[in-house]
Amino acid sequence: MNWVVSLLLVSGVFFFAIGTIGILRLPDFYSRLHAAGKCDTLAATLAVSAIALYNLHDLSFGSILVSWKVFAIIFFIFMASPTATHAITKAALLVGVEPWLKKKGVRK
Amino acid sequence: MMSQVFLAVTLALVMLIFLSLVRVLGGPTVLDRIVGVNMIGTKTTVLLLLIGLIYEAMPMFIDIALAYALLNFIATIGACKFFRRSKRVHLEDELAIEKETSA
Repeated sequence: MNWVVSLLLVSGVFFFAIGTIGILRLPDFYSRLHAAGKCDTLAATLAVSAIALYNLHDLSFGSILVSWKVFAIIFFIFMASPTATHAITKAALLVGVEPWLKKKGVRK
Repeated sequence: MMSQVFLAVTLALVMLIFLSLVRVLGGPTVLDRIVGVNMIGTKTTVLLLLIGLIYEAMPMFIDIALAYALLNFIATIGACKFFRRSKRVHLEDELAIEKETSA
């Protein structure tokens, strides 16, 4: 049980680190969104499910209730984070942030 | 043993939050800053749950984390809608336009 929780937590932090490196190093706004949206969703799901699993190590009514709330957080993040990324992308497209191209001005 | 794992993960998350703050401070457009704030908010949700585990006050911190996740989503959507209407996302352009009009 403890090993599974540790593995899930460490993999969550790993994907958080990948996402952070992605938004720091990628060259253009849309590729940064690609790193931020996917890595954030996966990492938060992994880390929060580890916390829900660890909370169940003593089974009582209170801990089951708390774990149910943690799963509500997982469900909400799983729905809300891609939606927020989609909204940011649509705002950027409508405002006219230019994508990064090999030759300048190929696609206008 | 598990509390040490939780402490190490919490410290790593705090360091990653500071790294994300670099993008928030130096992003070329306003939307870059919004992406950085959204990532910081997701990390803070996980961080609040871990603090609840470390201090063994899970029923209190779970509600704070849930409220923080909701607030983060609503703030991102609201900021997106605002900048979609105002049609200007480059701070440098705005500064240049202000200089031209004043000069």
